[in-house]
Amino acid sequence: MAHIVIDENRCKSCFICVGTCPKGLIKKSNRMSNLGDKYVEFVDPNHECLGCAMCATRCPDLAITEVYK
Amino acid sequence: MQQVFSVPKSMKKDFKYTFCPGCDHGIAVRLVAELLDEMNLTENTILAASIGCSVFIYNFLNVDSIEAPHGRAMAEATGVKRVRPDKFVFTYQGDGDFASIGLAESTHAALRGENLSGICINNTTYGMTGGQLGPTTIMGQKTTTSPMGRFKETYGYPIKIAEHIALCDGTAFSARVALDSVPHIKKAKEALRKAFQVQLDGLGYGFVEILSTCPTNWKMTPEQAHERVRKEMIPVFPLGVFKDVTAK
Repeated sequence: MAHIVIDENRCKSCFICVGTCPKGLIKKSNRMSNLGDKYVEFVDPNHECLGCAMCATRCPDLAITEVYK
Repeated sequence: MQQVFSVPKSMKKDFKYTFCPGCDHGIAVRLVAELLDEMNLTENTILAASIGCSVFIYNFLNVDSIEAPHGRAMAEATGVKRVRPDKFVFTYQGDGDFASIGLAESTHAALRGENLSGICINNTTYGMTGGQLGPTTIMGQKTTTSPMGRFKETYGYPIKIAEHIALCDGTAFSARVALDSVPHIKKAKEALRKAFQVQLDGLGYGFVEILSTCPTNWKMTPEQAHERVRKEMIPVFPLGVFKDVTAK
C-alpha cells in the first residue's frame, strides 16, 4: 500500500506539500514538533495515496523522508 | 511495495536544514546530493563554498569542502581543480556572491574554460543580510535598500547570469532552471546532471542558474513566493539551455 513517512522534527510548516498532494492526503496538524512548529500529517484512511512522490519532490526540508509505491 | 523516494546517501547523517521555511535552497541541495549519489561522485568530490545562505551546503553534504572569501569560490575551485584534476569540483553560490562581488572570478573561470561546475541560486535579493538590492533584483522590486522599487536611473538593470556565462567561449553548458513546480524540479535535476557531466568529460565549464525563492525577505508565504517566481521572475529570466556543446 502506497504511503509516505514524515519526519515531524524536520517539518517547518511551509505547507507546500498540503497544496501539492493531488489527493489532498496531507493535512495541517494541531500538534507541535520539537521546533515549535505545527507539522503536517499524512491522513489516508481509504488508501488513496498514489506514491507519486510529488510531495517529497517539492518538500524544501526533506521532511518527507520516504515514499513507497 | 517499492521505495520510490529516500533521503540521498550523500546527505550527512542526522542533518537538519537551517534554511527558512519554504526556502528553495533545500530542494537545490537535495538535487545535488541525489546527483552525487546517482553519478557515484560522493567520495571524489570537493566543494568550494561561498558566502551567504548558500554556504550552509557544507553542513548538509557529506563531501570535502573548502570555504572561499566572498565571491571567490570560482577562483578557489580553479586552484583545487588544477592541483587535483582527478577530483570532481563544484561551487554552490548565491546571486550576490556569483554575479556581484564574484562576477570577475565567475566570468574568467568560464572564459578560461576551466573544468568546473557552477551552481548559482538566484533569489533576486541578498537573503542572509536582510533583503538588500542585489545584482539580479528585477525592475520595480522593493527591497530594504530600494524601498521605492528598482528603477534604472539609480540602480540600473539586473544581470542575466545564464546568458552572460553562455557568451563565454570556454563554457560547455549554461542553463537556467526553476524550482517552483514538480516538472521544473525534474528539469532542474537534468540540467545539473549535464553541468556535472561536461566537467567529467573534460569539455569545459558547466553552469546552472536556479531561480529560487526567499519567502522571508519577499515577505510572502512559500506558495505566494513560488507564484512570484512563475509570474514575475520567469518572464524576466526565461528558462532554458543557452549553451550546450554536446547538443547535436
